[in-house]
Amino acid sequence: MSKQEVRFSGEWKKREALKEAPKKEEAAALQKALPASGKSVLEKNYINLGKSQMTKRLQPSLNWKATFDFKEHKSLLRDTQEEKHGGRLERSGPPVSPRRSQLVRKSAEKIEEIISESSSESEEDEEPPDHYQEANAGLPSEYWQIQKLVKYLKGGNQTATVIALCSMQDFNLAQETCQLAIRDVGGLEVLINLLDTDEVKCKIGSLKILKEISHNPQIRRNIVDLGGLPIMVNILDSPHKSLKCLAAETIANVAKFRRARRAVRRHGGITKLVALLDCAQNSGEPAQSSLYDARDVEVARCGALALWSCSKSYENKEAIRKAGGIPLLAGLLKTSHENMLIPVVGTLQECASEESYRTAIKAERIIENLVKNLNSENEQLQEHCAMAIYQCAEDKETRDLVRLHGGLKPLASLLNNTDNKERLAAVTGAIWKCSISKENVTKFREYKAIETLVGLLTDQPEEVLVNVVGALGECCQEYENRVLVRKCGGIQPLVNLLIGINQTLLVNVTKAVGACALEPESMMIIDRLDGVRLLWSLLKNPHPDVKASAAWALCPCIQNAKDAGEMVRSFVGGLELVVNLLRSDNKEVLASVCAAITNIAKDQENLAVITDHGVVPLLSKLANTNNDKLRRHLAEAISRCCMWGRNRAAFGEYKAVAPLVRYLKSNDTSVHQATAQALYQLSEDADNCIIMHENGAVKLLLDMVGSPDQDLQEAAAGCIYNIRKLALATEKARYT
Amino acid sequence: MNRKKLQKLTDTLTKNCKHFNKFEVNCLINLFYNLVGEVTERQGITIGLDRNAFRNILHMTFGMTDDMIMDRVFRGFDKDNDGYVNISEWIYGLSVFLRGTLEEKMKYCFEVFDLNGDGFISKEEMFHMLKNSLLKQPSEEDPDEGIKDLVEITLKKMDHDHDGKLSFTDYEQAVREETLLLEAFGPCLPDPKSHMEFEAQVFKDPNEFNDI
Repeated sequence: MSKQEVRFSGEWKKREALKEAPKKEEAAALQKALPASGKSVLEKNYINLGKSQMTKRLQPSLNWKATFDFKEHKSLLRDTQEEKHGGRLERSGPPVSPRRSQLVRKSAEKIEEIISESSSESEEDEEPPDHYQEANAGLPSEYWQIQKLVKYLKGGNQTATVIALCSMQDFNLAQETCQLAIRDVGGLEVLINLLDTDEVKCKIGSLKILKEISHNPQIRRNIVDLGGLPIMVNILDSPHKSLKCLAAETIANVAKFRRARRAVRRHGGITKLVALLDCAQNSGEPAQSSLYDARDVEVARCGALALWSCSKSYENKEAIRKAGGIPLLAGLLKTSHENMLIPVVGTLQECASEESYRTAIKAERIIENLVKNLNSENEQLQEHCAMAIYQCAEDKETRDLVRLHGGLKPLASLLNNTDNKERLAAVTGAIWKCSISKENVTKFREYKAIETLVGLLTDQPEEVLVNVVGALGECCQEYENRVLVRKCGGIQPLVNLLIGINQTLLVNVTKAVGACALEPESMMIIDRLDGVRLLWSLLKNPHPDVKASAAWALCPCIQNAKDAGEMVRSFVGGLELVVNLLRSDNKEVLASVCAAITNIAKDQENLAVITDHGVVPLLSKLANTNNDKLRRHLAEAISRCCMWGRNRAAFGEYKAVAPLVRYLKSNDTSVHQATAQALYQLSEDADNCIIMHENGAVKLLLDMVGSPDQDLQEAAAGCIYNIRKLALATEKARYT
Repeated sequence: MNRKKLQKLTDTLTKNCKHFNKFEVNCLINLFYNLVGEVTERQGITIGLDRNAFRNILHMTFGMTDDMIMDRVFRGFDKDNDGYVNISEWIYGLSVFLRGTLEEKMKYCFEVFDLNGDGFISKEEMFHMLKNSLLKQPSEEDPDEGIKDLVEITLKKMDHDHDGKLSFTDYEQAVREETLLLEAFGPCLPDPKSHMEFEAQVFKDPNEFNDI
């Protein structure tokens, strides 16, 4: 911040040197004495016309810095820090483009919120340096003209103000020099003050200018700092439709950073904006080009634009829903105007990341309209529809709805159009999520989407790759598709992607490779390409999701590889690495590593090695858990590991047995099966039998003997047999 | 006026004026006679609102304050230039004033602003109308400089044929591009708020309507 101050004071000195005369004029204008009562009616009426606000106006000056007090600096500071912080969270992976983090699906919803909010923050430039002030010593002529006009704004009655406002519109308000010029001569304060008066024409003229200049990120912040947002929100209540439209459009431009979105919500803006969406479908033409009137449809469009900007914040998404926004948005989807559809779908797509929305979206038949608009000519509209489908397809019913309304075919055909990368990312994302349902995968295969997806594995930006690989991972859950992917030459590019730093991509790639590894021929290719080693090294990746996913993928690899034992042993330090992962805190990682160990331990030599690395105490330490997934894989690992040396006894010594018995009380039958196996193996050791008996294992196991699952029956029965055998032997010993 | 004549008048006026229905014309006629007050009908004496009475209405009902503009509005209503706004002029005038289409309003405003009626709004006329639109700074050397500048700005914006004055074509084109410029030289139409209030009052219960 100090840098900025230095810059401003430097600029101030420069300006002081440059001009004296205009400054005097400026100073004169600053001393506005209210006309005394003896003056004419007209002067008095300036006061009546609501211009008494004049005295309340902030005193603008050429020294922009002086108009902002310390509070503003603090808030600027906070903003930049927020953005940096958000940036840091973002950057725990590789540099990721802002939109992309929307596509990241994390299990921790909270983190996702923050990231999705801060990702939109990172779209904002972080307080870019004031290029304009640094540019050159001479100020452009527009500066002087604008300064003059602002003077008339301050000192004129309604007529003069309107003339000055109209004239100001003639400047190229998209150009940064003009935008900053308006700000620097105190124009923003005047424009905002005008919004606070009762004069409708002045409000209209002022909003027209604010709407244009608020495209500039600095100006947006200045407007919020000057308290412009609450005033604009109040204007949304105006009876004049044209005013409502202008206010909404300006809010749409300003609400592009977090503080602004929050301010809109805090002043009741969301409710008012949602109310704008409620337009009677009869768009009767108002009095021809009336100044104050506008078509209802236009009002709704502007409302949707504003809501789209605001909806990037989590609390606003909630507020929109609570204000009854969803049915209204659904209604607007039925139109065929693209410039209405885009903000509406944009808003829905932003909000659809929230579960509460997905339920409502299903109810309102929105999916049907989204699918319909996939066929539009407008690329931006297609992109947003695909994104919305991507968000919603987390839900099974929605996936079915997409299929039922014929949405899969257009998605598949859009894959062929690779020029528009944002759209491609959205489409591949939608395909990924839809592929979670098997029926959809079948359809995609019909439409030859799988071949196209394989073709997209190379030469595409990361946002696209993540989704393409995700989709292939889901598709390869089916046998035929695995074969298809192999035949299209998909294995190589997939294995190539195992090298990378993008977490989401890695998670998806490992899943896809793991799925392919279920097919023996594909496994050979993976092995040949050194894929297993690459997967193994991903166990070292800092991110737990990647570790877990890699471990899961290793299981089929080890199962299906030729000479699996040899292969595993060939990874230097590989077994030690795996065993050490048992120290992790993350349940998913633990479960996946146990599954891997189960597979590794099928080979006797490797089992010996991991025993040496201390797998028994580490597994035993994990036994006290309530997590069924972990319990199941842990039990399986324990059963395997029992088949070496004195591991059975060792598990008993490390107190693994008693907790295992408790697993039998779980509701999950796969846990029962695994546990029964483990107990059966453990019961070969006499001491373990005693512990099991003490912990009431027999009763629980007896129940399972009657289970329909044959393996479970056998394991349970075998275990009971061992316990009884020991008991009988003990009895016999007592009587001899 | 006797009943029959009144009826006939109402019918004629309703037919000719495009924006009021019969009930509304009736209300306005009643309002007119209320405002004019007790006047005995005599031949040769025109019944109507004179300049002062009319300007009073503009000021009190519609909040207008600019003397010059109010004068021009009166002239705009008083088509036959006899110094009185009679009942027909009242109805036709209000029809544009309150509910005119953009075209009608443009013609009306242009006539208001064209002070000498020569079909052009000249620089001098603009200066005259904008004379008091800027708050005068005590330290300003030439207080008119700002006004002159405003006139230049307006001319630059609206004078499309670059002849130094505004013809109706210039004005019309400018207003079509930017509707805010309709009343560029002064408020000669009612502001929306007082417009709504007037209509609500007048078209509701004319019998109870005593004074404005």
